[in-house]
Amino acid sequence: MESLTQFIQMRQEVALIAAFLLMFVTDLFIPERHKKMLHPIACALLFVQTIIAIKPYEASLFGGMYNSTEITSIIKAVLSFGTLVIFLQSTKWLDRPDASHKTGEFYILALSTLIGMYFMISSGHFLLFFLGLELATVPMACLVAFDKYKGHSAEAGAKFILYSLFSSGIFLYGISLLYGATGSLYFDDIAGKLHGCELQTLSMVFVFSGMAFKLSLVPFHLWTADTYQGAPTAVSGMLSVISKGAAAFALMTVLFKVFAHMSDLWIQMLSIVIVITITIGNLFAMRQNNMKRFMAFSSISQAGYIMLALLGNTQQGTASLIYYIVVYIAANLAVFGVINSIEQQTHGMVNRTDYRGLYKTNPKLTMIMTLALFSLAGIPPFAGFFSKFMVFSAAFSGGHYLVVFLALINTVISLYYYLLVVKAMFIDENEAPIPYFKSCRSMRLSLVICLAGVVALGLTSGVYQLLFNLS
Amino acid sequence: MFNILTIFIIIPLLMMLGLWLSRNVRQVRGVMVAGSSLLLAMSIFLVFDYIGLRKAGETAQMLYTSSISWYEPLDICLSFGVDGISVAMLLLSSIIVFTGTFASWRLQPMTKEYFLWYTLLSSGVYGFFISTDLFTMFMFYEVALIPMYLLIGVWGSGKKEYSAMKLTLMLMGGSALILIGILGAYYGAGATTMNVVELAELEIPVKMQNIFFPLLFVGFGILGALFPFHTWSPDGHASAPTAVSMLHAGVLMKLGGYGCFRIAMYLMPEGLQMWDEVFLVLTTISVVYGAFSAVVQTDLKYINAYSSVSHCGLVLFALLMMTRTSCTGGILQMLSHGLMTALFFALIGMIYGRTHTRDIRQMSGLMKVMPCLAVCYVIAGLANLGLPGFSGFIAEMTIFVGSFENVDVFHRVCTVIATCSIVITAVYILRTVGKFLYGEVNNPEYLKLTDATWDEKTAVFILIACVAALGLAPFWMSDLISHSVTPLLSNIIIR
Repeated sequence: MESLTQFIQMRQEVALIAAFLLMFVTDLFIPERHKKMLHPIACALLFVQTIIAIKPYEASLFGGMYNSTEITSIIKAVLSFGTLVIFLQSTKWLDRPDASHKTGEFYILALSTLIGMYFMISSGHFLLFFLGLELATVPMACLVAFDKYKGHSAEAGAKFILYSLFSSGIFLYGISLLYGATGSLYFDDIAGKLHGCELQTLSMVFVFSGMAFKLSLVPFHLWTADTYQGAPTAVSGMLSVISKGAAAFALMTVLFKVFAHMSDLWIQMLSIVIVITITIGNLFAMRQNNMKRFMAFSSISQAGYIMLALLGNTQQGTASLIYYIVVYIAANLAVFGVINSIEQQTHGMVNRTDYRGLYKTNPKLTMIMTLALFSLAGIPPFAGFFSKFMVFSAAFSGGHYLVVFLALINTVISLYYYLLVVKAMFIDENEAPIPYFKSCRSMRLSLVICLAGVVALGLTSGVYQLLFNLS
Repeated sequence: MFNILTIFIIIPLLMMLGLWLSRNVRQVRGVMVAGSSLLLAMSIFLVFDYIGLRKAGETAQMLYTSSISWYEPLDICLSFGVDGISVAMLLLSSIIVFTGTFASWRLQPMTKEYFLWYTLLSSGVYGFFISTDLFTMFMFYEVALIPMYLLIGVWGSGKKEYSAMKLTLMLMGGSALILIGILGAYYGAGATTMNVVELAELEIPVKMQNIFFPLLFVGFGILGALFPFHTWSPDGHASAPTAVSMLHAGVLMKLGGYGCFRIAMYLMPEGLQMWDEVFLVLTTISVVYGAFSAVVQTDLKYINAYSSVSHCGLVLFALLMMTRTSCTGGILQMLSHGLMTALFFALIGMIYGRTHTRDIRQMSGLMKVMPCLAVCYVIAGLANLGLPGFSGFIAEMTIFVGSFENVDVFHRVCTVIATCSIVITAVYILRTVGKFLYGEVNNPEYLKLTDATWDEKTAVFILIACVAALGLAPFWMSDLISHSVTPLLSNIIIR
């Protein structure tokens, strides 16, 4: 009986699992001609799940294996909401004849990765953490290879699964070393027993590297570009924001909670990784013509910016990190939404050169893209400016002037390549630009949501304030 | 609590809304004229009201202050307030936004979008001058930078894409330096306030000042065309459409000087002490180098852009001299150069629109075909080379007299070198004027050209009137400015 009440206390997870099961059953029994109804059903289920658990709550269950704090329930709600936006963006893609028969599968897989992320975020024990990580990764590999008739979708799936397995292995090895060094897998127990000997350092490096793969920090980023390019665009969007957001938060929990005593060590390591990540991501993004590949490198450098938040003190760092993720979800999904709708409309145009002269034919879509790119580049008054300022200020408060300086110089490089896209759309001449089209209704809704986020998240200070107070 | 200053942001926002809703060019022009004349009226009212308040005995450093907490954890507030310097700058911005509207009256294509970005740019400028919070200032500063890319890239001429990218990236590089400088000031002073006036009263450790002062100064200096970071300016100004050149050279470059004075020098006096000689040498080079470069250019816009480098260099030069007279002169030079260069760019745009070339070697005898524009160009030229009776003379005179008040050899040598620029200015102005305005008409096509239309005349005459007014009755402005320079300087000078 007691364990039942414990289960009910995990209300976000329970609601999500319920949504997942309902989706599963619906998919099994829905008649073929009503397949289209799956879209609204999935969106509605996820929406209800987000709403049910919107109120932050605290709980510590199963002897501290599962911890929910107010801040974790917020990040989970954010991830759910981001997934909802992705669902809205994927309807047109899923309605294509070659994909429509597995519409339900997409939603089921996406929901199950989300469950994995939930457990990863809430875990207070490395075993649960690892389970969550795997549960988030394996369905994601299926999603990446979803368009399996396409050569590079399958290739991307293979690459993703191989790299994930490798990183999981490294992570698992790190955990086992940690168990050897401290005799426990509970976060709280480990934290007290760490004093920075070689074995513990080694285990920390392994755990960090395992997570760095998921976050695509350099030098663990090599899978990113090919995977993003090959995966269906909606899935690339999901990889770039949802799994990255969850991994960033989980890594933060591990570093702040478990390795708090070794912070001198990991801060050094992290500073170097951050600078290299941002620089490499930026330098490679400049050369890309394929927009999905371009966004892959852009998201690598964004991951570096997210990590900057960890260089600050716990409260400011946590708040800035989550704030950055929220803003990043809005801006990046807007960009992926535009890429997706153009790709679906034109049957596969994803190159920057295809976008030339887009403003003349599709001004609204172009404006959304432009504002979202400005937000990613950190131009005020859009939200990205504020979130960048918050992470810089967090890192600065920790005294890492040089890292902040180098990251700031990199924002100029990133502005260059974001402006290249803007230039293609506004300035470059094109005799046959992509003709005017109207995206489907759910896509428009998702773009409006993202745009509202890009504009409002920064100008209204409420979100950051809330996060700061809770963390 | 309503602050009268917020009107300067609200009006541009309403204008943007109006532009967005307007359906044809007539409505666009209507919105622009209504909005920009309202702004002009507001800033004139503000000048009078400000002087009135000062006469009535207000002694606070900033007037019309208000502050609303925005991002509380980082002490960021929406705080506004102005002193004499910002009031003068607001007036300058309003004049140029107003005349810029008329100078781009017949702009094609995409008139609506053009004015939307133009208004966004101006809202950034206004916001910067009325803010007293570091973060808010910086935000408006960046708002003013980014529309430039599209304004030059889409509506510009020549190698516009290259220039637009170069300008945007260099200025954004500058703003990256400013951002880290701002963080340095905020955390250095103990992370309690972002307000400029309050920060100035706190101690920032000398070690941090020595690191962050040059970053801040160079960051703003890039926008103020500090040598060797001025290279965006000639290309950018040459490629930009007329009104954008006017606004950019006339107002935006002043943001640099204003920021150097109000933020970099004011907040970090010890850092300034360590670095001032280095920067003084750089500004002296800017002044002379800009003038010499202008001599050899053949493109009208390039001539004027290099002349701007020289004159904006003089602004920073004057500020670094750190006497009350020279700083007053520096601010006067901002006003004067802003008006003159806007006048120049407006005229060049009008001439280019007729002759389709800006190369002075291909033009000749324009005085005969378009006497009105040509006479105005001559007036602008004379004002630029410092003819008494125009604003240029007042500003430069004040600067050099003020600079010479420094008794040491180093400052005096710099002053003497910088003074040479006056002669060089005369060379390139007279040479240009003689070459393309006088003489015989060499191209029979030119005989068909018409003189200025009413909208062009409006823009040009207003600017000439302002240049002359500042030159004939300078005490108004110089009193307004020097009052506010004193409290800033008392914080800056520590020897």
